[in-house]
Amino acid sequence: MSAKQKNTSFFNKKIMLQAAKDSFKKLNPALLIKNPVIFMVAIGAALTTLIVFGGLFRGEFSSFNFQIAIWLWFTVLFANFSEAIAEGRGKAQADSLRKNKTQTKARKMEGTQEISVSATELKKGDVVVCETGDVIPSDGEVIEGIASVDESAITGESAPVIRESGGDRSAVTGGTKVISDRILIRITSEQGNTFIDRMIALVEGAKRQKTPNEIALSILLSGLSIIFLLAVVTLPAFFGYSLSASGLPLTQNLTLPVLIALLVCLIPTTIGGLLSAIGISGMDRLLQRNVIATSGRAIEAAGDVDVLLLDKTGTITLGNRMATDFVPAEGVTVEELADAAQFSSLSDETPEGRSIVVLAKEKFNIRGRDVHQLQAVFLPFTAQTKMSGVDFKSANGKIHHIRKGSSEAIRVFVEEHNGYYSPQVQAVVSDLARKGATPLVVAEDNKVLGVIYLKDIVKGGIKRRFEELRRMGIKTVMITGDNALTAAAIAAEAGVDDFMAEAKPEDKLRRIREEQANGHLVGMIGDGTNDAPALAQADIGIAMNSGTQAAREAGNMVDLDSNPTKLIEVVEVGKQLLMTRGALTTFSIANDVAKYFAIIPAIALSLYSGGNGVGPLSALNVMGLGSPQSAILSAIIFNALIIMMLVPLALKGVRYKPVSANVILMRNLLIYGAGGLIAPFIGIKLIDILINM
Amino acid sequence: MTTLDFIQVILFLGLLTALTPILGGYMKKVFTGEKHFMQPVFGWLEKLVYRFCGVDRNEETNWKTYTFHLLLFNLVGFLFVFLIQLFQLFLPLNPAQLGNVSWHSAFNTAVSFMTNTNWQGYAGETTLGYFVQMIGLTVQNFVSAATGIAVLLALIRGLTRKTTDRLGNFWTDLTRSVIYVLLPLSILLSIVLVSQGVVQNFNSYETAQTLEGTQQVIPAGPAASQIAIKQLGTNGGGFFNANSAHPFENPTPFSNFLEMLSILLIPAALTFTYGKMTGSVRHGWTIYTVMMVLLIAGLSVSLFSEFSPNSLFGNLSLMEGKETRFGITNSVLWSTVTSGASNGSVNAMHDSLSPLGGMIPLINMMLGEVIFGGVGAGLYGMVIFIILTVFIAGLMVGRSPEYLGKKIEAFDVKMAILAVLAPAFVILFFTAWASVSHWGLSSLNNAGPHGFSEILYAFTSAAANNGSAFAGLNANMVFYNLTLGAGMLIGRFGVIIPVLAIAGNLVKKNITPPSSGTFRTDNTMFIGLLIAVIVIVGGLTFFPALSLGPIMEHLLMNAGVTF
Repeated sequence: MSAKQKNTSFFNKKIMLQAAKDSFKKLNPALLIKNPVIFMVAIGAALTTLIVFGGLFRGEFSSFNFQIAIWLWFTVLFANFSEAIAEGRGKAQADSLRKNKTQTKARKMEGTQEISVSATELKKGDVVVCETGDVIPSDGEVIEGIASVDESAITGESAPVIRESGGDRSAVTGGTKVISDRILIRITSEQGNTFIDRMIALVEGAKRQKTPNEIALSILLSGLSIIFLLAVVTLPAFFGYSLSASGLPLTQNLTLPVLIALLVCLIPTTIGGLLSAIGISGMDRLLQRNVIATSGRAIEAAGDVDVLLLDKTGTITLGNRMATDFVPAEGVTVEELADAAQFSSLSDETPEGRSIVVLAKEKFNIRGRDVHQLQAVFLPFTAQTKMSGVDFKSANGKIHHIRKGSSEAIRVFVEEHNGYYSPQVQAVVSDLARKGATPLVVAEDNKVLGVIYLKDIVKGGIKRRFEELRRMGIKTVMITGDNALTAAAIAAEAGVDDFMAEAKPEDKLRRIREEQANGHLVGMIGDGTNDAPALAQADIGIAMNSGTQAAREAGNMVDLDSNPTKLIEVVEVGKQLLMTRGALTTFSIANDVAKYFAIIPAIALSLYSGGNGVGPLSALNVMGLGSPQSAILSAIIFNALIIMMLVPLALKGVRYKPVSANVILMRNLLIYGAGGLIAPFIGIKLIDILINM
Repeated sequence: MTTLDFIQVILFLGLLTALTPILGGYMKKVFTGEKHFMQPVFGWLEKLVYRFCGVDRNEETNWKTYTFHLLLFNLVGFLFVFLIQLFQLFLPLNPAQLGNVSWHSAFNTAVSFMTNTNWQGYAGETTLGYFVQMIGLTVQNFVSAATGIAVLLALIRGLTRKTTDRLGNFWTDLTRSVIYVLLPLSILLSIVLVSQGVVQNFNSYETAQTLEGTQQVIPAGPAASQIAIKQLGTNGGGFFNANSAHPFENPTPFSNFLEMLSILLIPAALTFTYGKMTGSVRHGWTIYTVMMVLLIAGLSVSLFSEFSPNSLFGNLSLMEGKETRFGITNSVLWSTVTSGASNGSVNAMHDSLSPLGGMIPLINMMLGEVIFGGVGAGLYGMVIFIILTVFIAGLMVGRSPEYLGKKIEAFDVKMAILAVLAPAFVILFFTAWASVSHWGLSSLNNAGPHGFSEILYAFTSAAANNGSAFAGLNANMVFYNLTLGAGMLIGRFGVIIPVLAIAGNLVKKNITPPSSGTFRTDNTMFIGLLIAVIVIVGGLTFFPALSLGPIMEHLLMNAGVTF
């Protein structure tokens, strides 16, 4: 799925043609019955067609009935078309995926023997070897080695990624390609259930199951259809009574095609026809954002999420702390401090370490020195010492120790060297910690030189994003391993609602459970194996594609870009999906008012007319439609065409803005509620004018 | 209309609004088992009932058991009323020696009073003796109203409790409703009514010589006690055939005012109770406002139609069939109130209202009796509409629909649709049947659209458990007694069972705390939305039928044709 393919327009010619073909294939009753509303229309269309043909046998031809039949069939076809075009976009993507999958050979390890088998024969637990140029045959976990892998087949991202055994980057995906080195992979998925398989099934809509909300909506639509069916089937009896009372013959009672036309106009065909297209396109929109959901249910739930757990690193902050300032201790110049800090960080490959070197260079133009001459020995950071630094020999042959690390560790270090850890330094440390920074203290032997100001850089624009979320009623919780003081400062700067400091993986799980017990729906994003339980527990768990297989299995969505901010977009897609359904349902029901005003006066025209043919109910013909027949036809034509006209809306979704529920509702009510009341009056009138021209 | 008419309407609505929080707050205390001032007075009675019936008041049941108890209780009530009618000649307190009632009329009446409908196919004073009226009908007037409250209470618990399956105890809900709410209010009202001249005795009927020299039988009986509960319990079944147009039921303007007020009193107050118990008084008032807006809208159309000069009759408002003692405004107000509230008592003949004036009661009932509605029933019916509104419009805020923090899902929607479908089925199907069968047509008094309205009204009244009659249709015959009886049963339990099922389903769910992303159900926008859904769903279902009945008649009347 390259970026180009992703931008396929809705009305690509090829997709359109295929969709047109498919809309006829979908006339199969076994498929139609899945959509009760449209199934009712199809039955009506079939009945009307039979009546037309029955008439032909008797040598009569009713052009009116014929036109009704035609438009009823169009109604069904338009509904099928909307579904087909939504599926079509997915199919195109699936085809390119499938090409990748077939014909892959796997080098399976049997003991120490290597045998060549087809990828489709691999079982869970098999071990395969992949070297430069090999396509990874199936989903698995690297158990030995490290390699760079090209994952563009699934992510569309051409830069290779590193996959290595152990740790959080051990998962590999079938269909991706090893571009350097050699790895041993243990297969973790059965055939037919691999990532690519699921992706194909998903985009093709093959395994698409109705989501809970879709089922509930279908029930509502079917229920409304039954009520309208009741209203329509009882009508001939009411008419029979009224005909007798007006002294008219019962042969003038309503004909079946007219009743069917009335029924089809009343039942919610607009939303009924577009319902599955809306669902499919929701998944499609996620895919365009490079997120794969394992089920439609997950997208729907995303709209409901009201608590987001966000990891600080990568989501809220740029990911790495950067040195932004040096604060020297009393009696030390800032250059001395910067010099020592840089020296001790020269071999420090962590981003923090590098940022110290860079800052010293930028601020004081201090550059690297001859490490060999000083016989410098660098000590890396360890969890035990909580310090890193350098030992070197000065000109007088004395060995000096420079250390940088947490204030506590340095205090112990200095005191061990009989030095004095001044309250002034401690004050600076506390002050910086309060500001959300991570203070790093630098000391040389028994003397504290000062403090390095390491700061988390909050991403630009993230604060505004959180404000939007707050307006949408979503609470954001920042999760960090930092201490409470630091966490609070960053939380304030980023504008999150709450934070969890010094959080361990099990704390995340506990927090999710707590929130859920209080009735909240929780969304989170994670990558590591230790995130897996929390991802599984969350209502929406998005695993990063770069994460472990365990994390990917546990979540219900995978973000191919591995971008933590994606969570917010996923929530928006979910909301948009639900809004589109609601808007079109409202529109569909509101439409009925105008259709009544078109059809009732038309069919009841002769009643109580006292001979002149124009009865009192013609007063309800507020649209001034030409004739009873054109009125009925106009209503049914409008009913069919509106499905077609709303296909783009169903595929794109209604416009979405991050504002409060009330504002959204007001806006949608005006457009789709009031619009739904007025639009058909205008539409039916226009069609009537055309018919009568 | 005169200024006095306006003042009266405003006084009526104002007093109703003022009493709502007072009675509503009291009922909240009663139903949640808090301390209240009636406990010392009637507490012994409550305890006695429990001991006598072997009820453990702390035992709570799930929705299926709750429903089973409710149905069992109603079945026993039905059988009792049915049987005592069949054998009333052998029962005491029958001074007029009224004969045994026919089986189909007895069936119809028993169903009617058990379902809180109080449709009366019979004429009270010439059919039923005091024993049947008091022990049979009046008792059902109390317990059918209490049944409605019990269903509402179960629904409230379904909405407010979380992750359990206990919906409460039907027997305690029933007992408390009767003893602490219906009984004290009825006693109070009947005493006031007696002071106004409503009869309350066990005398046999008097025969009097009229001025014209003819003999007139003047009926008597324990009327005041039955009238109090028939109004308060939104039952509506009159002691006498003429119902509250009879001077012994409704003697003075003051009694008329009180009787009207007591129709809406409990249903209105329950909205406040609902708000209190669900933790959102604002939401309670929102529902109250919706009901009030619909009431006022209907009332305005009715009043406008009745006071419109009618060219056919020399530019006079029509008095035929109206409550001549109290005037048109009181007739119209009563007709609107009684049809909105599922009461069905009348002080004027709805058959005699103008076509549009008669359409309003019809629409009020078709909308499902949610304009205050029956005691308990109106509010749980309204909750069904709220669920539909929340489901349709709630999606538009981008969250799956929830009501008071409870997610509305497939099962809830299915049940809500069933509850809407059941009465609609009765109205449309039975009206269609009656309007083409000779059984249905044989007892019509009027032709044309008016005749159609009479049939439509009868089945609408049955389905909505209203019980008011359009008159003009002689319904005391096998066909109507049975079809209307079936209609009342479907209209009552076809709603109650789905409502309890919803309660049983919701009570298992967790409650999502509100946030700014939540669809609000306590603001002006929601009021408009709910009204729109009620009117559109109701209107779309019945528009064809209405257009062939009252709308047609109205248009014809303007063209100079009457029936």
